[in-house]
Amino acid sequence: MYQHSRLNKNNLDILQKVKNFDYILLICILLLGFISLATMYSTDGGQILFHTKSHFIKLAVFTVMMIFFSFINIKYWFSIGYLSYLGIAILLICTYFFGISSSGSKRWIDLYFINLQPSELMKIFIILCLAKYFHRMKLQNVNSIYTILTSLIIILLPMGLVIVQPDLGTSILIAISGIAVLWFAGVNYKYFIYTLLGFVISLPFIIAFLKPYQKLRVLSFLNPDRDPLGAGYQIIQSKIAVGSGGVFGKGFLKGTQSYLEFLPEKHTDFIFTLFSEEFGFIGSAVLLLIYAIIIYRIVVIGANSRSYFAKIFCYSFGASIFVYITINMSMVLGLLPIVGSPLPIMSYGGSSMLATMTGFGIVMSSRVHNQQSIA
Amino acid sequence: MISSSSDNVTKLNSINRRMFITSSLKFFIMVGIVSRLFFLQVKENKKYLTLSDKNRIREWKLAPVRGEFRDYFGNVIAGNFEAYQLHVIPEQVEDFRYVIYRLKDLLELSDRQFNKILKKKKENKPWETLIVSDNLSWEKFSKINNHLYDLNGVKPVISISRNYPYKEDFTHVIGYVSQANEVDIENTSIIKKNFVPGLKVGKIGLEKTFEEKLIGSNDIERYEVNAYGRRISQLEFQKGERGKTLKLTIDTKVQQLANELLKDQAGSICVMDIYTGSIIAMHSSPSFDPNLFVFGISQDEWQMIRNNPMKPLLNKTLQGNYSPGSTIKPIVALSALENGIINPNFTVRCTGKTEMYDQTYHCWKKEGHGYMNLRNAMKQSCDTYFYEIARKLGVDKLSETAKKFGLGKKVFGNLFEIEKDGLIPNTQWKKNALGKGWLLGETMITGIGQGYIQTTPIQLCLMTAQIANGGYKIYPNLVINENNSKKLDKFIPLYKNSKNIRIIQDAMFSSTNEVMGTSYRSRIDNIKYQFAGKTGTAQVKKITEKDRELDLKTFQIPYEERDHALYVAFGPYKQPRYALSILVEHGGNGSTTAAPMAKKLFKLVIDRHELRQSIKNKRYMDI
Repeated sequence: MYQHSRLNKNNLDILQKVKNFDYILLICILLLGFISLATMYSTDGGQILFHTKSHFIKLAVFTVMMIFFSFINIKYWFSIGYLSYLGIAILLICTYFFGISSSGSKRWIDLYFINLQPSELMKIFIILCLAKYFHRMKLQNVNSIYTILTSLIIILLPMGLVIVQPDLGTSILIAISGIAVLWFAGVNYKYFIYTLLGFVISLPFIIAFLKPYQKLRVLSFLNPDRDPLGAGYQIIQSKIAVGSGGVFGKGFLKGTQSYLEFLPEKHTDFIFTLFSEEFGFIGSAVLLLIYAIIIYRIVVIGANSRSYFAKIFCYSFGASIFVYITINMSMVLGLLPIVGSPLPIMSYGGSSMLATMTGFGIVMSSRVHNQQSIA
Repeated sequence: MISSSSDNVTKLNSINRRMFITSSLKFFIMVGIVSRLFFLQVKENKKYLTLSDKNRIREWKLAPVRGEFRDYFGNVIAGNFEAYQLHVIPEQVEDFRYVIYRLKDLLELSDRQFNKILKKKKENKPWETLIVSDNLSWEKFSKINNHLYDLNGVKPVISISRNYPYKEDFTHVIGYVSQANEVDIENTSIIKKNFVPGLKVGKIGLEKTFEEKLIGSNDIERYEVNAYGRRISQLEFQKGERGKTLKLTIDTKVQQLANELLKDQAGSICVMDIYTGSIIAMHSSPSFDPNLFVFGISQDEWQMIRNNPMKPLLNKTLQGNYSPGSTIKPIVALSALENGIINPNFTVRCTGKTEMYDQTYHCWKKEGHGYMNLRNAMKQSCDTYFYEIARKLGVDKLSETAKKFGLGKKVFGNLFEIEKDGLIPNTQWKKNALGKGWLLGETMITGIGQGYIQTTPIQLCLMTAQIANGGYKIYPNLVINENNSKKLDKFIPLYKNSKNIRIIQDAMFSSTNEVMGTSYRSRIDNIKYQFAGKTGTAQVKKITEKDRELDLKTFQIPYEERDHALYVAFGPYKQPRYALSILVEHGGNGSTTAAPMAKKLFKLVIDRHELRQSIKNKRYMDI
């Protein structure tokens, strides 16, 4: 105890902080960044064009930002938990009113120097907010009606704001991030079971409320061949690309499906398809392994964190990242209907990368400050 | 503090327990995704690889190179030439409107042609080649080449197309090609298989008959295409096979002479080798230029051909059913001899006309020939004599002999779908076809080749050839090495007594080479070229009493009512080798119109005989 409190008092100097870095995690993130850059280069047809340049800049800026975030003491992250949540919620409201319309939805907000997708950031900051909320809570209070209701409101508010954009995929991901925190905070199993049952029962009604294009996606998922050139096109072409990759892949820059423009959305949601076509089963397995190591390191950092806040954040963030990856891959492999969900780091998109890198930054900060207890 | 720390412990226990559950779940889901990847990429790899190739690889077929036709001496009579074409790929043109109007000026396109191009452009995809002009003259082609700096996106292309260097000389033998239409594609599987837009296929004649051999096979280009069907790169070029070159038995020089002889007249000439059955020349006049059809004939030119009263579209050699007239007489005489009805000394007195069965039958010579035996009757073509022997012979026996010698049925079998049978009547035929009994008077006029009897010029040629070769069956042929079915009855004797054939040959000799013979004026005394023949004059309309009184000269009768002039002959007489038949529609008289043509033909054919033989010997030596 004393030892701990003594260490607490000591502010770590920069050198010690650098020493405390989780280098395995850092290397994996950098490796992922490199792979994503190479893949982006391939989507540009083997040239350094807009997407590659833009992706590189974002990657560089956000990696630096992540490292900077690592040096910020975890207790400061704790202290901005509610504030950041509120700030992004306000941005979401602004998006609703002043957002940039594109292809029928308002997801972006013009911040004068940058166009931002606040819903992506919400995926991280909802974890931060809820982690703070549960940090000091006694276990017996966690299951009180008041707590549950409050946390539900915290989840439902941004969900609702994102659904109206409309962006069903992201709102589901936000909800999953929130639910992950509730799960680790110790909310009773029965609530999860009831929610799941309720969800399954109400599924037909939910489908009835879906927009026509969303219904089409569900139908194409169930049977892609019902409209191979229309709604089923993406999933069919994506499966062809992955399947034709084989064990060793067609080779870098030789993915015919993407090169010849059969692949839809190859920069963003379907980037894994291109990677998988060019690098095959072995490449895909290696990519999955890198993701697995990242998630494993996040969990280990959480386990080794002294503060409950850091623990719950790391666990929930790790679970969320895992869910993002799972949903994206299941989608491109034809295991789930198509919902817009990027593959962390790999997919092109600044807001998504900003959010993910911020998450990594906070995790790294928990690692660097793992002996920090939060009052 | 204690309670707080115990709470912390339970909280930690709870979160660790849940972390464990979550991690296990993650593990299983990860395994699930990896197995899905394994399933798609390793197990089902073949299937998806095929699908991917199907996606990206598209085949383009190019028009096959058509086989050529050559004459007996190897001259190309239907070949391929390089057509100068202009192609435009609309999407590669910056300002399509400007370019197309510029082209309109340079090529002097008519508004109709111009609109046709614009229409085609609308139907095509922007990256598909638009053929602005498919057969440019060299002048226009070079003019375009000079203006290319101004015509961005216009590509001058040299493409291979059909060419008939001898123009109308061979039209009725080899036919012509033109763009394949739906019927061609539907009915001929090989056209369907090799079809590409713009493919030219045979429409008539040997071009059509030998389509399968001539067409060849497509060159195939395999391109990688993107999702929008745009060609990205060529992966493979598979060379197609060139169509088979067919060699004909025809001698172009003779064929050309035939065309020249029948210039401005309607008619037919065929020349045949009496032993091999090889067709040396086969021409129907007037003819037309088959090159007109290759790129689509213009409406005006088509109407010109179609409305020509001399009917250039009709292949008179094969399709023309004509009364043989006196050219049938050798067969009538032969039949009578063979059946023992008469002997060569059988004599009839010709007074110019015979009254029989309440009808008057006239001889062509009003004053009559006097006493005639077989040889004299043939020489002077005495009708009265042949009325008499036909009457004694009967139509059934006559038709039997005529059919044996190749009259009344297709000479080339299935080679030409347009070939007609002709008609050799007998009593049974009349009963079946007309439901009436045969009249004896009809036998008499059949004896001079009038009435129901109809033959085609090629049949008459075959008949003559089979008399000339001593009475042995031959099968005429046009295309070397393409007579697949070996005929077993080739060279079987058609006679009962070969002496009878000699008698007929001798009678025909007298007709050409002796004073009073009907074609005496066309004779050649030189033994090398000396030939024997029989004239014929086929009535087109019944001669009335009034006509007989008027006794008009040919040029005084309206064209459509003039008689057809015919001539059949073989030569050289001492060692017969070639037979011919000549028909001139409304030519008036066989001896004055048709027989002189034979003289010129025999001269050329016999002169070229040695050359022909040398080719033949060379052919054998090559093997």
